Amino acid sequence: MKFEHFFRSTVGIGLTAVLLLALPFIAALGGQAWVRILDFAILYVFLALGLNIVVGLAGLLDLGYIAFYAVGAYTWALLASPHFGLHWPIWAILPLGAGLACFAGVVLGSPTLKLRGDYLAIVTLGFGEIVRIFMNNLNAPVNITNGPQGITLIDPVSFGAFKFSGTTQIFGFALSGPQKYYFLLVALAILVIIINIRLQNSRIGRAWQAIREDEIAAKAIGINTRNLKLLAFAMGASFGGVAGGIFSAMQGFVSPESFSLIESIMILAMVVLGGMGHIPGVILGAVLLTVLPEVLRYGVGPVQMAIFGKMLVDPESLRMLIFGLALVLVMRFKPAGLWPSPERKRELTEAKP
Amino acid sequence: MDIFLQQIINGLVQGSIYALVALGYTMVYGIMGLINFAHGEVVMIGTLVTITVAGTLIKAGMPVALAGLAGIMAAVLVCMALGWALERVAYRPLRNAPRLTPLITAIGMSIVLQNVAMIVWGRNYLTFPSLLPKVNFEWAGAHFTAIQLIIVLVSAATMGGLLLLVYRTKLGMAMRATAQNPAVASLMGVNINRVIAAAFVIGSALGAVAGVMVGTYYEIAHYQMGFMLGLKAFTAAVLGGIGNLAGAMLGGILLGIIEALGAGYIGDLTGGFLGSHYQDIFAFVVLIVVLMFKPSGLFGEKTGDRA
Amino acid sequence: MQAKLSVVALSVAAVFTLSACGQKEEPKPAAAPAPAAKPEVVVKLGHVAPMTGPQAHLGKDNENGAVLAVEELNAKGLEIGGATVKFQLINEDDGADPKQGAIVAQKLVDAKVNGVIGHLNSGTTIPASKLYADAGIPQISGSATNPKYTQQGFATAFRVMANDVQQGKSLGDFAVKQGIKTVAIVDDRTAYGQGLADEFRKAAEGSGIKVVATEYTNDKATDFKAILTKIKSTKAELVFFGGMDAQGGPMAKQMKELGIKAKFLGGDGICTPEFMKLGGEATEGQFCSLPGMPLEKLAKGPEFKEKFTKKFGAEIQLYAPYVYDAVMVMADSMKRADSVDPAKFLPAIGKTKYDGVTATIEFDAQGDLKGGAISIYQYKGGKLEYVETLGGSPVETAKAEVKEAVAEVKDAAKAVAGAATAVGKEAVGEVKEAAKDAVKAGAEAVKSAADATKASVEKK
Repeated sequence: MKFEHFFRSTVGIGLTAVLLLALPFIAALGGQAWVRILDFAILYVFLALGLNIVVGLAGLLDLGYIAFYAVGAYTWALLASPHFGLHWPIWAILPLGAGLACFAGVVLGSPTLKLRGDYLAIVTLGFGEIVRIFMNNLNAPVNITNGPQGITLIDPVSFGAFKFSGTTQIFGFALSGPQKYYFLLVALAILVIIINIRLQNSRIGRAWQAIREDEIAAKAIGINTRNLKLLAFAMGASFGGVAGGIFSAMQGFVSPESFSLIESIMILAMVVLGGMGHIPGVILGAVLLTVLPEVLRYGVGPVQMAIFGKMLVDPESLRMLIFGLALVLVMRFKPAGLWPSPERKRELTEAKP
Repeated sequence: MDIFLQQIINGLVQGSIYALVALGYTMVYGIMGLINFAHGEVVMIGTLVTITVAGTLIKAGMPVALAGLAGIMAAVLVCMALGWALERVAYRPLRNAPRLTPLITAIGMSIVLQNVAMIVWGRNYLTFPSLLPKVNFEWAGAHFTAIQLIIVLVSAATMGGLLLLVYRTKLGMAMRATAQNPAVASLMGVNINRVIAAAFVIGSALGAVAGVMVGTYYEIAHYQMGFMLGLKAFTAAVLGGIGNLAGAMLGGILLGIIEALGAGYIGDLTGGFLGSHYQDIFAFVVLIVVLMFKPSGLFGEKTGDRA
Repeated sequence: MQAKLSVVALSVAAVFTLSACGQKEEPKPAAAPAPAAKPEVVVKLGHVAPMTGPQAHLGKDNENGAVLAVEELNAKGLEIGGATVKFQLINEDDGADPKQGAIVAQKLVDAKVNGVIGHLNSGTTIPASKLYADAGIPQISGSATNPKYTQQGFATAFRVMANDVQQGKSLGDFAVKQGIKTVAIVDDRTAYGQGLADEFRKAAEGSGIKVVATEYTNDKATDFKAILTKIKSTKAELVFFGGMDAQGGPMAKQMKELGIKAKFLGGDGICTPEFMKLGGEATEGQFCSLPGMPLEKLAKGPEFKEKFTKKFGAEIQLYAPYVYDAVMVMADSMKRADSVDPAKFLPAIGKTKYDGVTATIEFDAQGDLKGGAISIYQYKGGKLEYVETLGGSPVETAKAEVKEAVAEVKDAAKAVAGAATAVGKEAVGEVKEAAKDAVKAGAEAVKSAADATKASVEKK
């Protein structure tokens, strides 16, 4: 609670802004790789917040969220690369990507409305796989996605002549590519966070929460559960679409292997680990799960050396092992997530042991 | 026609394996409403343990049949212990946690088990020792091997045994009671903890048997083999109506046959537009269609909200 | 700011050094040449391959190849620009994931490596190559076979491995040569498998082979009976598989179980000891291809094999020799340019003419292996046996042919000599007759072999 007040106070906002502005430069001291990791962390914040609408607010367990991300990524890749010879500008592609992803969300949502809980999970999982398999195979009879070879030389984000790749000089500062993307991503993330907060406290948001807690009761008090569920899928999907577009531009290359099931699972893990339905928690979860494996990449080797004086186990194998253990341990000791919403915390502590 | 028959046989064998793994999912789900994502990893551990034990014994000069038996025993014991430990360490503390919490724990355990297996057994693909003599049969133009026959028979027998256990024994009654209503069951003197632990142990033992069968059938093993298999089996369990034992079996076999026929005929049916690269889609599309009309699977009971 | 940055960069580099050193037990150059007063420069080479995930076994193999090369270079004590060069390998894991590939690439760029060896997969190599190109760091991959990698127009991207187009075409030519009329093609829907299968199809169809079935699987599958049953019904004479050993082995086995008599052909992905291990008896008589010339046929090949097995106690999986060559080419280019500065030695890489373990390495304008000879092998009695070399630069092939022809001449001559002695020793009539024939045949063989030699030399 205190934290929340802090963030809403002017001083809090000011401090956060300064921190956000300074972060890429601080990270750059450790190397541009860290800035890139930050970029991915924010991209995942984005994705996790999108999924949070579906899972956290509306309570619909979605294991195929990556499909929407893929739709957005491929929209960008196809419309801004030499593959079709198209080079559309960002303001055309990004909304289109979001729109297509939104449409995909509705397509997925409509047949699954009747399903609940784990049945929904497996169907969404299947949907995610279907999208990936289509991306992987739509190179014949007509070559649309270029199949498993992926699409290369995708245009970076650019506004007019201002390109986001490469280093530019602004006001005497040298801004690297990843740093520029950082600011773009932060701007977008703030937008998403605002939308999320507004949604959560709106009629729609409350209706979603009602559906999450008790669908039948929600229906009984006159909530149009069908439309609202579809809306949840559509909203979540559009965020995924936007994130996908940026991912595509940032990487310069997309191929179906970036959109595997494990990615969906990871995003879900971010939402749950951080604290489902609670925006600061979800952000924390996303940042933590993106940064942790990378920190381990740097840390596992030297730490082993320091403790045992030699490498007992490959740092690479240990890295994921520790990651898995961290998931288990956090859930064991913080079942509602690292930073759950106050209401949820209350519910849990009140529940009988 | 012989091609059709062959595809049915292919599907039946594959399906029997799915069914056996699906039983592990469905038992745990039926009793505590948890998707044990790490179950595929238990199967993988079962296969790898058999390779180590049977392989070492064969090298030491033990007759193949005996070594194989020892390997299977070891795999079953290790997996039972693993299942028990999983429940005790990872899931039991989360019994009253929000619904998605154990799901993430399961995913975490799955990652942990995979990486432990990678450290122990290495990154390379391993060959499974051939435990059974290779006998080929031919019938009406279709080929099948003794191993395939044994796989189908063993899984049928295992399922029969499991049904007997659940519907004819005291433990089974306790399990069904717990599935219905844990609170009331415990009031009736059922030790919930023991029943749930039993479900995990039995499910894991079935997983070990499935692992050995996968090993003998394909003669290949790898620390990542559990994931896809687990996913398919889980799909099968849902197709049949998760929580329902007979549903899991039929769902497994159905999925196997759908996959085989899908790969075999999808190209001809769509005039070459879709090919066997859409094999996996075929399974999911059938699943989605079934769930649209029967939202709780083919044999699932119409239960209320299990939130 | 700038100074501070470099301090941090240095300390980060030091951490890398630590971790890289720790990775292998003995990274110190065996008996480094007396340091004396010579200045020492540390040259950092990045190496990237998946150490986790389904392709980790190949990743480890690549790393071993690179480690071996670096150790040898250090033991030799190369001198560049008046200073003794100490190579230092920075190993990174990209998990075969494009996203991690980019992060790792950035990490290497930050560490200011002098060159990069890798990555293993095309999927991670391609996005990473952009980062290296922007930073002007030369990159040589020993295993990324997707043609697009070098087609992006980056001056820094090279590979010491034939690309999918080159290999697929040669495999198609081989099928034609074998007199195959109908073929079924299976690919695993990975960038590698699909690329290879597509090129094979083009070559095969171009030469009038009928493709009777096209089936697909994935790189995690173990069961292929459904698609194989379908292939069986088409009665194809050959099954071509674009994919890796982990699927190819079981696939060959299941073909046998289903009573399919067709031959099995694939690319470098199934030219591994693993394929034989997993396929068992079913691999007997099957064909596969490897880019370059067979190790046995090249001067340094057997030596490399021996060194490798001795050092790591493991058989070469697949790409280790290519990665080894990649490191060597990088070092060779530095030597020729007499500089370890990427900007200076990068042009030298393009002019490489290096007699490597896998082939004589020369690059074309794109950075692809020039000529790109492809050798076909057959599994016989649990061993890979060399069949023939297709494509490749005429010089290369001719050289091998000459070598072979010379060997044949020698053998034939030996046989003649043997027969002659037999004639001398045994004066019994019948034997004499037979022996005479043998001598005659032997002489003819010698003659024809000599002709072949002459022809190939002329061709050269």
